[in-house]
Formats: sequence, C-alpha cells, structure tokens
Amino acid sequence: MPDSRSSADVTVNLVYLARLRDAFGRAGEALTLPGGDATVAAVIASLRARGGSFAAELAAGRAVRIAVNHALVGAEAVVRDGDEVALLPPVTGG
Amino acid sequence: MTVRVQTADFDAGREIAALREGDARVGAVAAFIGTVRDVNDAAHVSTLTLEHYPGMTEKALEAIVAEAASRFDILNALVIHRVGTLAPTDQIVLVAVTSGHRGEAFDACRFLMDFLKTRAPFWKKETTPEGARWVDARTSDDEAAARWEPPATPR
Repeated sequence: MPDSRSSADVTVNLVYLARLRDAFGRAGEALTLPGGDATVAAVIASLRARGGSFAAELAAGRAVRIAVNHALVGAEAVVRDGDEVALLPPVTGG
Repeated sequence: MTVRVQTADFDAGREIAALREGDARVGAVAAFIGTVRDVNDAAHVSTLTLEHYPGMTEKALEAIVAEAASRFDILNALVIHRVGTLAPTDQIVLVAVTSGHRGEAFDACRFLMDFLKTRAPFWKKETTPEGARWVDARTSDDEAAARWEPPATPR
C-alpha cells in the first residue's frame, strides 16, 4: 500500500483550551509533523504558518503555554507520535 | 494532602474539621475561600463559568501542594476548586492548611493560592450585559507568585 506518510513523521493530538478554542473554532485536531523536526517549536511554527487567528494568537510575545501529556514544557521539548499537545492561554482560576 | 475539582459546592466548616480531625499536633489552621464578585473590571457580572483541563488540573494542583509541603512545615493541606457555571456570591475555591504554628499555616495558605492562580489550568469566562468574555490574566497575580521565587532554603 502506498503511503505518503513517512515512518519518521510524528502525529500529535492538539488540544485548544478556553480562549484559544473559541479563536480557532475547534477544541482540537490531529497534526502531523514531517520527520526530523518534532518539537513544540515546530508545532507552533506549523500552526502560525496557517495565518489568520492561528498566526494572531500564536504571535511572538503572546503568552501561550504548552503542555505535553499534561506537563508544562518549553519550546525545545520533543514531541512523540501520539502525544497530547495542549495550548493554554494564561490561567485565571482561583 | 488532598485536591479536588468538582462542580458541587463545598462546606468549608466540614472540610476544615475533617482536615484536622484527630491530629493533636495541629495548633493552627489557615484557610482561604475565593468567591464570585458581581463586578469585575468595571462590568457587571451575571455568571462566571470556570473551565479546566481535565487530566492536567489534578496533577498541577497536586504538584503545587507538594511544593508547599516541601517549603513549609505543614501537617496537611486541602485544595477544592469548583468548575462549571457560578453566580455572584458563590464559592469558587477553598484552600486550607494545618500546621503546628500560625506562621507556617498562613504562609503555606498564601503560597498555595498564589501558585494556584498562576499555574493551575483553570479559565474564567464572564457573562456581562455586553456579552461573554474570557477573563484576562492579571500581572498582579504573576507578581504575587514571583514573591515566592526562588524556593526557600532547604530545611
């Protein structure tokens, strides 16, 4: 079976929370990164490249934090196939 | 040490009684309750909806409680945070701490709230006469949490 998806590709499950869910018009989606650069920074770059609300909400300087499998991580963190990658606006509980 | 995320209201008196029940080492109990105001940023608030990130929220709260236990000489701690739609005067959050003496209890209680405000994945959405809006994070909350950095000298 021909498959355009390389075995090195990484597919993560994105979760958009609170204001970001409203801005993006969805609660989440699957995103496939081409093999070789599977990091949080690559996820953000891929989303920003869509333009529109993604570029606006994820622009440099906007305070969005990333959790991989429920733990906060930095942009350099590596993501693996099947990871849950959540985008969190600044929290306002309490 | 206990954390709970729930839609139901809580009875602070009962929760605090259970927290210190039978523990004769306790000489101090400090507690904080956060409630829904009817005015925020000059707008009338009719309802407040608390959203969270199931799966991460409990872990984040447990990590904050563990951090408090490592920094302060406390005996027990409880965090209850409500989610769902609330109205003005409703209770949102309860933090309670037991310790041998008041200083550690007060400090741990304040630390828990300051870290919860900046690190636990909860978000507030207000309904006002002008429509619904997500509440913006306050820099004063970041400043309150930053007061506690870096960690206290290891005991």
